[in-house]
Amino acid sequence: MSDTTNTQTAKRSTGGFDIARLLLEGRAFFALIVIIAVFSYMSPNYFTTSNFLIMSSHVAIYGLLAIGMLLVILNGGIDLSVGSILALAGVSAGAMMQGIELQALGVILYPPVWAVVVLTCVLGAFVGAVNGVLISIFKVPAFVATLGVMYVARGVALLMTNGLTYNNLAGKAEFGNTGFNWLGFSRIAGIPISVLVLAAAAIIAGLMLSRSAFGRWLYASGGNERAAELSGVPTRRVKIAVYTLSGILSAIAGLVLASQLTSAGPTAGQTYELTAIAAVVIGGAALTGGRGTVRGTMLGAFVIGFLSDGLVIIGVSSYWQTVFTGAVIVLAVLMNSLQYGRGGRKV
Amino acid sequence: MSPRTSVPDATPEPGHVVLAARNVAKSYGNVHALKGVNFDIHQGQVTTLFGENGAGKSTLMKVLSGVIQPTSGEIILDGRPVVFGNAAEARDHGISIIHQELSLAPNLSVRDNIFMGRELHGTTGVDFAEEERQTRKLMEELEENIDPLTPVEDLRLGQQQIVEIARALSVNSRILIMDEPTSALSASEVEVLFKVIRDLTARGVSIVYISHHLEEALTITDHAVVLRDGNMTAYAPRAEIDLEWIVRNMVGENYDLGSPPNGYEMGGVALSIRNLSVPDASGVDLVRDLSLDVRAGEIVCVYGLMGAGRTELLEAAAGRLAKTGGEIVLEGREVSHLSIGERIARGLALVPEDRQRDGLVQTMSVGQNLSLASIRNFTRGLFTQHRAEKKLIQDSIREVTVKTDGGDASIGSLSGGNQQKVVIGKILATKPRVIMLDEPSRGIDIGAKAEVFRLLAEGAKQGLAVLYSTSEVGECLSIAHRIIVMHKGRISAVFDSNASKEQIMAASGEAEAA
Repeated sequence: MSDTTNTQTAKRSTGGFDIARLLLEGRAFFALIVIIAVFSYMSPNYFTTSNFLIMSSHVAIYGLLAIGMLLVILNGGIDLSVGSILALAGVSAGAMMQGIELQALGVILYPPVWAVVVLTCVLGAFVGAVNGVLISIFKVPAFVATLGVMYVARGVALLMTNGLTYNNLAGKAEFGNTGFNWLGFSRIAGIPISVLVLAAAAIIAGLMLSRSAFGRWLYASGGNERAAELSGVPTRRVKIAVYTLSGILSAIAGLVLASQLTSAGPTAGQTYELTAIAAVVIGGAALTGGRGTVRGTMLGAFVIGFLSDGLVIIGVSSYWQTVFTGAVIVLAVLMNSLQYGRGGRKV
Repeated sequence: MSPRTSVPDATPEPGHVVLAARNVAKSYGNVHALKGVNFDIHQGQVTTLFGENGAGKSTLMKVLSGVIQPTSGEIILDGRPVVFGNAAEARDHGISIIHQELSLAPNLSVRDNIFMGRELHGTTGVDFAEEERQTRKLMEELEENIDPLTPVEDLRLGQQQIVEIARALSVNSRILIMDEPTSALSASEVEVLFKVIRDLTARGVSIVYISHHLEEALTITDHAVVLRDGNMTAYAPRAEIDLEWIVRNMVGENYDLGSPPNGYEMGGVALSIRNLSVPDASGVDLVRDLSLDVRAGEIVCVYGLMGAGRTELLEAAAGRLAKTGGEIVLEGREVSHLSIGERIARGLALVPEDRQRDGLVQTMSVGQNLSLASIRNFTRGLFTQHRAEKKLIQDSIREVTVKTDGGDASIGSLSGGNQQKVVIGKILATKPRVIMLDEPSRGIDIGAKAEVFRLLAEGAKQGLAVLYSTSEVGECLSIAHRIIVMHKGRISAVFDSNASKEQIMAASGEAEAA
């Protein structure tokens, strides 16, 4: 009885607001184009392949964190611990590269690089799983649980190094653990490995969200957890998995960063969680959960990365960078409420 | 049902009409909640509004109290037409409403709740002493021994109701609307409330009262108005009516929602609930030692008032609520240890009562909602199969006759009845052996209701066991082969489809004196 009117209103709205809608929904994309255009005009060095590759390798760090953050935000949560996990992962990898001394046996172990990578990811997964269990089983609010884990992980990283930084992670040929800087410095077909890692993570996450049952469960439990639960979705498991994945991605980002810098410090990645949240929000995801895409989040990460690098290139003070980034975030959230605020009130 | 009240049939000074609704209509899109209703409130008297769920009682009360604006028609206060832009404007005219769900802040004290939003200001900020003094005075007037500084969460529900009333009185309300005030009260608390109501009417306050407890309402009311499907079907002063009159007008004669499907063999017991007990948060049993069986192909209706334990029974069977005792046996196998998802996979699924809160994911499309519970059926390896999902969605839309632009339409674009069909379609797509529905007709119009029941009847013919709950007696007497009446967590009676409405209502405690 109501289908005819629904069709009519639907048609009317798509007809009338076509351009506005396009601008609103593709806002991150247009923002990126505007940023590239403006900086290319202001600096001849901006619009070059080598600069784009360098900027992209910077974006890779935020981008990896942002993908994990997107998964968490889709679930209706938040993960403040990603920056700390990044630092903890970097420091742990650094410690393993320096050799693990087993005093009881009187030997020093030098695990090969692949083992360092795997163990670091396992560590990230563990810390993420702690988040997930706290939130889903012990019902600690996500904000508080991940805030606590943020401090604990940061503290552990500081304790491990006594506040110092591990330098020279290149490894030694005689120990068979060379190759750590491959992640940060090598290129395949001219593209930095870190960018390829980001692309791989984005594609896997994108496929997972759009094509797998888990992705559907994630959207459903973020949109309405009670309804998802009653439809047989294992909402607790989804939640733990989401935070675990965020932990793994943070660890990967930590490895990439440590490799790029060939050093690992316990203070790395401070406030990166906020950058990641900003990327997700600029990418059009709703902080209330259930809405958002990997594509949007990637655009958001590139907007932030290209903007701040561009400001550096044209010589704007880093204080102004902070102001600009903040303004972009607020603008993005404003547009989010425009997009979802109206849709949500339909009867 | 002898009147035990002191309310006289003819008041010494017959109350004139203080507030009246004339031809008030309210539509939500295509749903007509009110279709031109006339309604009078008499000064210093109690007017009770009767009607089933969805009849438009709450909508009418919201219109009168300014919470919502009518689509057409007018409201006349003291002989002059008025327009209330919001609830605050109505309150300024002395009209207050006490909602079914109390609107108190449980963490604040009685005093702070009563003066919430209109604190009294002294020279040094809020004048707490004066607020406290006025609160104490109000409590004395209501003869309730409640300290103004007690946090509201420490009060019993009945006392909280008194606090709501006190708040309404503190703004000098002349007209007080009470939406199901007794549904959560004990018998003694109801007595107190009725005493308060009589005191209020003696002081000239006009009361509008809504209740499902018919006989209880009859003891307090001066006038009765019956609503059905958004129309006023009957009006009479107390002296001229009895229980039968109300039921007849509430339910109506031409109320055909089908009849129990027949002409096929029922199978064995599909769902067997044995000695089930379900506690609430404080450990009081909402379902007590309850047993029932549903056979394959059988339709069983669970009837009961609000708070009878229907929802808890179904949610415990589905795995949402924890039980303290008993067994849930699906086709001979105990399923109590299984998760909701595993029970759905075995063929036991629930259509929840509140589709907005528990049934639909608003951020997903119609199609994604329909396929949500059966994702495993179209997942091969890691990925979902696009074509298989599309087929499932199209089949579902056709089978449950959802009126929509297609699977990609947003769920919010559907009417309530079609949304409900999506929730049912989602569960049917899991190919259940037993389907449980909690108030499947809540908030949907009569046409959609009939379609939902037709779907259930068709399912039963194909061997589906159906267990649905309702608080509308007319719905029990439609497609159900068997009617189980619940009262205070237990089965109080079992009827076949030939039972009368009065029998069923009596067994539910609806027609029981307070």
